[in-house]
Amino acid sequence: MVTPSRRQLSSPIPEVPMFKKILIANRGEIACRVIKTARKMGIKTVAVYSDADRDALHVEMADESVHIGPPAAAESYLLIDKIVAACKATGAEAVHPGYGFLSEREAFPRALAEHGIVFIGPHPAAIAAMGDKIESKKAAARAKVSTVPGHLGEISDSKHAVKIAREVGYPVMIKASAGGGGKGMRIAYDDKECEEGFGLARSEAKASFGDDRIFIEKFIVNPRHIEIQVLGDKHGNVLYLGERECSIQRRNQKVIEEAPSPLLDEKTRRAMGEQAVALAKAVGYDSAGTVEFVAGQDRSFFFLEMNTRLQVEHPVTELITGIDLVEQMIRVAAGEPLAFKQADIKLNGWAVESRIYAEDPYRNFLPSIGRLTRYRPPVEGPLGNGTVRNDTGVVEGGEISMYYDPMIAKLVTHAPTRLEAIDLQAQALDAFAIDGIQHNIPFLTSIMQNKVWRSGKLSTGFIKEEFPDGFVARAPTGADLETLVAVAASIDHQGNVRRRAISRQMSGPAVRFAHHRVVAVGSEARAVEVAGQIGAPTIVTLLGEDGTPQRKLTLVSAYWPGEPLWQGTVDGQPVSMQVRSVLNGHDLAYRGIAARTHVYTAREAELAALMPVKAPADMSKFLLCPMPGLVKAVHVAEGAEVKAGDTLAVVEAMKMENVLRAERDGKVKSVKAKAGESLAVDAVIIEFA
Amino acid sequence: MKEILNELERRRTSARLGGGQARIDAQHGRGKLTARERIDLLMDQNSFEEFDMYVEHRSIDFGMEKTKFPGDGVVTGWGTINGRVVYVFAKDFTVFGGSLSEAHAKKITKIQDMALQNRAPIIGLFDAGGARIQEGVAALGGYGDVFLRNVLSSGVIPQISVIMGPCAGGDVYSPAMTDFIFMVRDTSYMFVTGPDVVKTVTNETVTAEDLGGAKVHTTKTSIADRAYENDVEALLQMRRLMDFLPEHNRAGVPVLPTKDSPDRLELSLDTLIPDNPNKPYDIKELITKVVDEADFFEIQEAFARNIVTGFARMDGKTVGIVANQPMVLAGVLDSDASRKAARFVRFCDCFEIPLITFVDVPGFLPGTAQEYGGLIKHGAKLLFAYAEATVPKLTLITRKAYGGAYDVMSSKHIRGDVNYAWPTAEIAVMGAKGAAEIIYRSELSDPKKIEARIEEYKKRFANPFVAAERGYIDEVITPHATRRRLCRALNMLANKKAENPWKKHDNIPL
Repeated sequence: MVTPSRRQLSSPIPEVPMFKKILIANRGEIACRVIKTARKMGIKTVAVYSDADRDALHVEMADESVHIGPPAAAESYLLIDKIVAACKATGAEAVHPGYGFLSEREAFPRALAEHGIVFIGPHPAAIAAMGDKIESKKAAARAKVSTVPGHLGEISDSKHAVKIAREVGYPVMIKASAGGGGKGMRIAYDDKECEEGFGLARSEAKASFGDDRIFIEKFIVNPRHIEIQVLGDKHGNVLYLGERECSIQRRNQKVIEEAPSPLLDEKTRRAMGEQAVALAKAVGYDSAGTVEFVAGQDRSFFFLEMNTRLQVEHPVTELITGIDLVEQMIRVAAGEPLAFKQADIKLNGWAVESRIYAEDPYRNFLPSIGRLTRYRPPVEGPLGNGTVRNDTGVVEGGEISMYYDPMIAKLVTHAPTRLEAIDLQAQALDAFAIDGIQHNIPFLTSIMQNKVWRSGKLSTGFIKEEFPDGFVARAPTGADLETLVAVAASIDHQGNVRRRAISRQMSGPAVRFAHHRVVAVGSEARAVEVAGQIGAPTIVTLLGEDGTPQRKLTLVSAYWPGEPLWQGTVDGQPVSMQVRSVLNGHDLAYRGIAARTHVYTAREAELAALMPVKAPADMSKFLLCPMPGLVKAVHVAEGAEVKAGDTLAVVEAMKMENVLRAERDGKVKSVKAKAGESLAVDAVIIEFA
Repeated sequence: MKEILNELERRRTSARLGGGQARIDAQHGRGKLTARERIDLLMDQNSFEEFDMYVEHRSIDFGMEKTKFPGDGVVTGWGTINGRVVYVFAKDFTVFGGSLSEAHAKKITKIQDMALQNRAPIIGLFDAGGARIQEGVAALGGYGDVFLRNVLSSGVIPQISVIMGPCAGGDVYSPAMTDFIFMVRDTSYMFVTGPDVVKTVTNETVTAEDLGGAKVHTTKTSIADRAYENDVEALLQMRRLMDFLPEHNRAGVPVLPTKDSPDRLELSLDTLIPDNPNKPYDIKELITKVVDEADFFEIQEAFARNIVTGFARMDGKTVGIVANQPMVLAGVLDSDASRKAARFVRFCDCFEIPLITFVDVPGFLPGTAQEYGGLIKHGAKLLFAYAEATVPKLTLITRKAYGGAYDVMSSKHIRGDVNYAWPTAEIAVMGAKGAAEIIYRSELSDPKKIEARIEEYKKRFANPFVAAERGYIDEVITPHATRRRLCRALNMLANKKAENPWKKHDNIPL
């Protein structure tokens, strides 16, 4: 273990040669992210790719690329030998592991070292020391890091568990030592729950991780997830680069991160930072790493674990510190000492990051895979009084496959204050157009308008508490509704003006069109007057019930029919709105609001009001195809009686077989699909009597 | 004078009420609009001029002389859609259930004659109970007069029918001879004989919806080209359709100014074709990314989905698109797809609408069902339609163009003007596997050998260059440049003049 001496810190260190070529043992956005920095530093890059990533962006961006196997990560990105061979073949001197995959496998840096290849990350002993939850807690305790009251030793049986729980004080959390992702985790509020929870946690831990060691600790009510970014070099220097708050999580998966944390004050920040540094020093940490804490609402904080890699959410730290963490990782790996000191680290402004996932927020976040028929991220760079950054690994026409993480991009905004950064994030999310797959942008942009989120009074239970019934699009009201009405009217009006320019019209006076329109938004309708020529601002006057003008809005936009995004200003305020054409209207979405709009003349509106409202067809009598896929088998025939839970059909989507079961007892009226047929989502497979 | 003007207004008001307020309310109660309301939606505001508002029937049988309504069950006239002239007749269900009398037929034929003579499209809105039985043969004669004019107008002016209520018996044949039929879901149906007669004659029990509803006609019979949710949706879409269509067969297509650059590149098209040749992709992505503003008016969307047909614009000018759809039955040509596309190609050729054909076709569908169903004859219809068409014809082969289907899909050999291929195109008699297994049948027992043979065949034919060597493909283009290439080619072909030998008419295999 390296113990820094005063001498080492102060004496000038001879210039170390920088790598000429590095390999990135990863894919997707993080591979692209690392390549960008390497390029900036004048270092050549080597990408590795599986069959599924042949046309991926990271392969295109790298100077060289090496194919390492079939799509499954276990047969490609997780194979140390393949990575080593790729380094040998291309002459890469060092490897950046990104996050996930091999980034926290102790064996990986050891294998690289055997072949004289540098690992751009911490030394293997640090990875090993922090990899085990119990070991890392012991190390933290030794380094005088504040840990959650609990029992660090292994627990023999449920009686022992109850004894410890009483010592720690209820509520307690019972956790698998080797655990992660919530598996083998139980919360107990009394002895009985503790006994039960211990048994369940142990069997789950054994089944999931093959390791039934369990530990118990105090359960923090309304906890927040706050982590400290640390950065060390091979010369014993370790600094902390402020904190990140990642309390907005869905099922232990981080969704939105920010830096700094709205909870911390300067004193707590320093205390957490210094403890994180103490721990890092204790293990001789010599790269970028993250010390995670659980924090109480009273700013008490307790060590959770240390991640010995670059975190997904590192960009928020980069934006508020101005430090390129990947660059620092590469420099320290090459042997350079850190070029700055703790006192040089200044936090500037606020940064917010949203993780854009390929999942359907309207269907309980079901993963969505397929071709990105449209992928138009907002423009990166200055926007308003801040900046927009988008870390992504895909391009339009790319594929979101089932083999890897469903994250499409990380959208980060940076502004002087938290609310400004949030508003910028909302604006950037609204300007993000993705088609072909389902994505969580409506959910994210909805969170940006959430009062609790905006107040900064967060906890890891935020999503569960604020969206108890899952996500539903907000209904437009007030000013949002008026903006929506105005944009809908403007799109329609510009379209009409253009249609009146069609060739081969009858000669004589041009047909005159009324300026009065009725905008139907969902079930609401607002009367407006619209005026303005193509290229000029559209003036939309909202009319009251009695037809008197109530509010006049001026819309400026270069929007043209067919574009997926209406971007412009409404009364001088920037607005980005998603636009998708439907019959005689448009689906508009922004700020978590989604609404179908139709713009009618007064006469059309009057007649449209006479049209019957058709109840959506009752689909409960049908088995629908849950995703686009191939019917592998239909297990029931016409007239068959089925019981709830019976297998009805198997649909294969992206090589994954999905067994569709009966939700309730019933009788099959007819079978509408047969094996071998390709079905669209919601296609009828079976009709019940 | 004032009194006279007042009298005119009184007569107009009374005529406009059709069968009276009670019947109008009943019509609304059924979820339908009245004839005049429908015309209001279809035409530019205040542009409709009604003719023959005061016409009444002259029947004196069965007490008919006592019940007369001005207009006699049909509203006729002309107006504009975005400034372009259109003739219209709309059956008025509130008057005698919209049934056809001699006078009623005369009103329609008058409008048909004007439309033909003055060369402007005609739209018929149907919602009627068939012939007025009280008039007997006079009504039948009226139908015949309408039918004849449908036929004479065919191929001269676009004729559109929208079925917005019952349409049965003699009423069905006029729409059947027009260019396009649209229906409204749940409120319209079309059949020659209704459920009662069916029950009496064949003892089948069937509802009007199951016998001739919008679903049946858009998915099973292909009689209807598209269905809409209600009257408003249907009529506003008719306005959209009319913006694509020329007024008559010599007018040339209308031009809608656009800012969508003809030079727009679509980089994502470079990855449209999956690595795996058996994996489908959505041809509609190609269509919507290549045409102006992603605006595609699909015809027969729900029928024979293995081929896609519809209207779009390139640099502001209407084109007809025909495309194999790999998502459905691998884009194979079968009887239904051939008939659907053939009719669409002939419509475009009639009205000088240039054709763009996107080809990814594995061949014709094998099997007894197809052969017994007359695949030879139906496939020949599409071949015939393409071969006889003299409009500008652009073809782009994206992936497979196998066997006879290659020839059929607007190939060079049947006068394709500009035939492009993407580098992913494979133009061959069949897929490599099938071909190698036939040529090297003797080596079938040795999988290693046959694998090598398949590779060999693939190398030789699974590309566009063998065809390009012979000039069957004019140029191999990059996918992302497709829009630019097609727009340029269309402009180059703007003065195309091609004629078929004089004939009374051809003898397409009907």
